[in-house]
Amino acid sequence: MPRTLFEKIWDDHLIADLDDGASLLRIDRVFLHERAAGIALNSMEEAGRPARNVRHVFCAMDHVIDTLPGRGDATAMPGGEQFVRSARRAARRAGITLFDINDPRQGISHVVAAEQGIALPGLTMVCPDSHACTLGGLGALAWGIGSSECEHALATETLRVTKPKQLTVQLFGELAPGVAAKDIILHLIGKHTAAGAAGRVVEFCGPGVQGLPPEARMTLCNMAVEFSAFSALIAPDAVAIEYVRDRPYAPQGDQWERAAHHWRRLATDAGARHGQTLRLDLAEVEPTVTWGTSPQHAISLSGAVPDPDRERDADARQAMRRALEYMGLKAGTAINTVPIDAAFIGSCTNSRLSDLRAAAQVLKGNRVARGLKAICVPGSSQVKREAEREGLDQIFVDAGFEWRESGCSLCFSAGGESFAEGQRVITSTNRNFEGRQGRGVRSHLASPATVAASALAGRIAAASVAEAA
Amino acid sequence: MKPFVAHSGVALPLLRVNIDTDAIIPSREMRRVSKRGLSQGLFANWRYCYERGEKRGDNPDFILNQPDYAAASILLAGDNFGCGSSREHAVWALVEYGFRAVIAPSFGAIFYNNAARNGLLPVRLPASAIAALADYASAAPAANHIAINLKDGTVRGPAGAAFHFDIEPAHREMLLGGLDAIDMTLKHRDQIEAFQRQDQAVRPWAYL
Repeated sequence: MPRTLFEKIWDDHLIADLDDGASLLRIDRVFLHERAAGIALNSMEEAGRPARNVRHVFCAMDHVIDTLPGRGDATAMPGGEQFVRSARRAARRAGITLFDINDPRQGISHVVAAEQGIALPGLTMVCPDSHACTLGGLGALAWGIGSSECEHALATETLRVTKPKQLTVQLFGELAPGVAAKDIILHLIGKHTAAGAAGRVVEFCGPGVQGLPPEARMTLCNMAVEFSAFSALIAPDAVAIEYVRDRPYAPQGDQWERAAHHWRRLATDAGARHGQTLRLDLAEVEPTVTWGTSPQHAISLSGAVPDPDRERDADARQAMRRALEYMGLKAGTAINTVPIDAAFIGSCTNSRLSDLRAAAQVLKGNRVARGLKAICVPGSSQVKREAEREGLDQIFVDAGFEWRESGCSLCFSAGGESFAEGQRVITSTNRNFEGRQGRGVRSHLASPATVAASALAGRIAAASVAEAA
Repeated sequence: MKPFVAHSGVALPLLRVNIDTDAIIPSREMRRVSKRGLSQGLFANWRYCYERGEKRGDNPDFILNQPDYAAASILLAGDNFGCGSSREHAVWALVEYGFRAVIAPSFGAIFYNNAARNGLLPVRLPASAIAALADYASAAPAANHIAINLKDGTVRGPAGAAFHFDIEPAHREMLLGGLDAIDMTLKHRDQIEAFQRQDQAVRPWAYL
């Protein structure tokens, strides 16, 4: 019987269908971080339950640590260093590989997992972070879990999972120059709502996906959780397999050939489409930005803030009114006239090397608007080094950006840092929720090129096509 | 885990859509390496008044601070409750505060699982049923209790009105028995090991 990509990975990992309707699935990798590791590992120790195989477990330092240059264990967050130290202690005691603060491999877990070849096509991976789905861009079935499920995965190398339904998103057509993966996913969520993929595994496929480089694929899959998906996947093709080759934890030699052979056969079989299908013509995607407090509040950069009175759904209307009030915006305002106080480039969504290059191309030779706070936080220490080798750091610094150490940083007040109350921020991150980047902070999600162009203009602004291409 | 069989109590309506886990407990309120000590941070951005970023007492307008709801143990919410970040702290904070159940039309998937793992019953009901329950409860919060029975899958509010809800059998069993998922899975140890031996032969690269 023809099977989908998701079904093939599922079948590869299915240990048993349980009496209670859930399935017991093999989990290949667990990636922890310092906000969750101490709690989960201490709790397991109290229960006398060791991790089943620590070689398959890794721990990042990203959620609590500081991103200021010269950082140590202390953070601006009261008690922050307790998280750092307890994670370090617990990881060492358990024998788990830790990418500690001064480790050259340190960075945001989902960025590091790809860089180090910990994420591989066809693997199952979990992380106590909802953006684990990023790694679907390489064809790994990866999803976010809570602390209890994390303990379960550590203790048994399995999870009890109710098989999710599937949703296929067909991308076709030509993406206009200067339009990025971030614009695609914001546009998609804007069009089909933040609940559009509720509980489903999304497979992005079609000619529009084949043309995207691996880093863009990861951006696309990263925000599947904002689409309410269980996770997202892209079939591993030659481009994805080449990306994985020779990375530190990737298979070598004969093993590599066997693995690559297996991965090439994971793509969805002809005639195996299951569940719902959405089609998106990439030609209709423009540079996109959010105006409100849900990722579905997405509009084209050439558009205007929508009018809640024209929304038919009562709940959505109420949420739009609340969002307008929180965001301090009026319906009908052209979004590209809205002044900003700060710009942030970072997070597991958009802080890989290609993202920094896209922003630097816009910034080169220019200065950010007077009085604007602008921060760039590379996705990993490796991204930071590579960017510095290319001289990107100098472009950012010359333009008036702070050039930081890697971590989750101001995506969600990690490290205890926030923007000031009431400030308006253009941000390459994934969530524009109320208070996410600080109490009362107004977040507008956009691509790195748009963030850079807005930082220069001091208002929300599209990069010119020449700059962003 | 504390079992959930049936519960009757004060219901607090917070009928907004997309109440995310950052709203349930902001990042800065997760101060200690612990599953406890989180209830003070519950809904912090809405619950407290702030001055220059510092807390300055309770926000009297927020429903959680109203005396009628002091004993609230059931939360009525809008669509997609608990979306966003996977932080289990959101569930721990709700449980520690005294909530036993959340009733919403839909939930963030990770939150839903986290809740079920901690004895916090997530109940999916249509928005119209939740609106009826909210009207009933808010008319006299302390007296008009909502009753939830997991055994027969019902929520009862106004006289005569019973709403049926569905829950995955796996979650139902675990909640009713207060069962530990890891203990249950470890009973399959032989099967897990047999699978692994076979899998390792097929996908050796997956084993480091």
